[in-house]
Amino acid sequence: MNPGLLVSLLAAAQLLLALAMGFAFCRLLRGPHAQDRVLALDTLYVNAMLLILSFGIVWASREFFEVALVIGALGFVSTAAAAKFLLRGEVIE
Amino acid sequence: MTTVAAVLVLAGALLAFVGSLGLLRMKTFFERVHPPTMGSTLGTVLVLAGSLLYFTAVESRLVLHEILIAVFVTVTTPVTYLLLGRAALRREHESGGEEPPRSDEGQH
Repeated sequence: MNPGLLVSLLAAAQLLLALAMGFAFCRLLRGPHAQDRVLALDTLYVNAMLLILSFGIVWASREFFEVALVIGALGFVSTAAAAKFLLRGEVIE
Repeated sequence: MTTVAAVLVLAGALLAFVGSLGLLRMKTFFERVHPPTMGSTLGTVLVLAGSLLYFTAVESRLVLHEILIAVFVTVTTPVTYLLLGRAALRREHESGGEEPPRSDEGQH
């Protein structure tokens, strides 16, 4: 129940998640094919959702849960739409 | 209790970090599909378990909202990766580029 330990553990987790987002963003910029960029975007969404959840723990606020849920839903819809576009050339047929 | 929650969040963040590092380091697309799933399955479950434990301990009542996100992510990740893998296979086939690695490599 040491608050300093709690804060430093969560800060380390947030640093790791921010670095993970940076790696995914690098792949988004570099990715040789379109499918690499879509994959990087999906990873970016998942990492952002985890980062928002960890912010919710740090600030002990329940509102961040809804934000994380919306980010997860948007990530699924956008990645599925982009993958469908790559597959067929049209999102809705 | 809250320290256990923080350790769980750190473990999940570590998994997401390793997954994104793999996404950056792997050579071909069909290798790159695999690492991010570490973060989107076990990493997400660990972070959500940490959040659930923390809010249960702080508010001293059972908080189960996080299970909603866990179920949602578990259901949607395979759907998107299946669509994306199919799209990538088709695009590779049409452009005649890099062939995907085969599972029956030793048989021919």
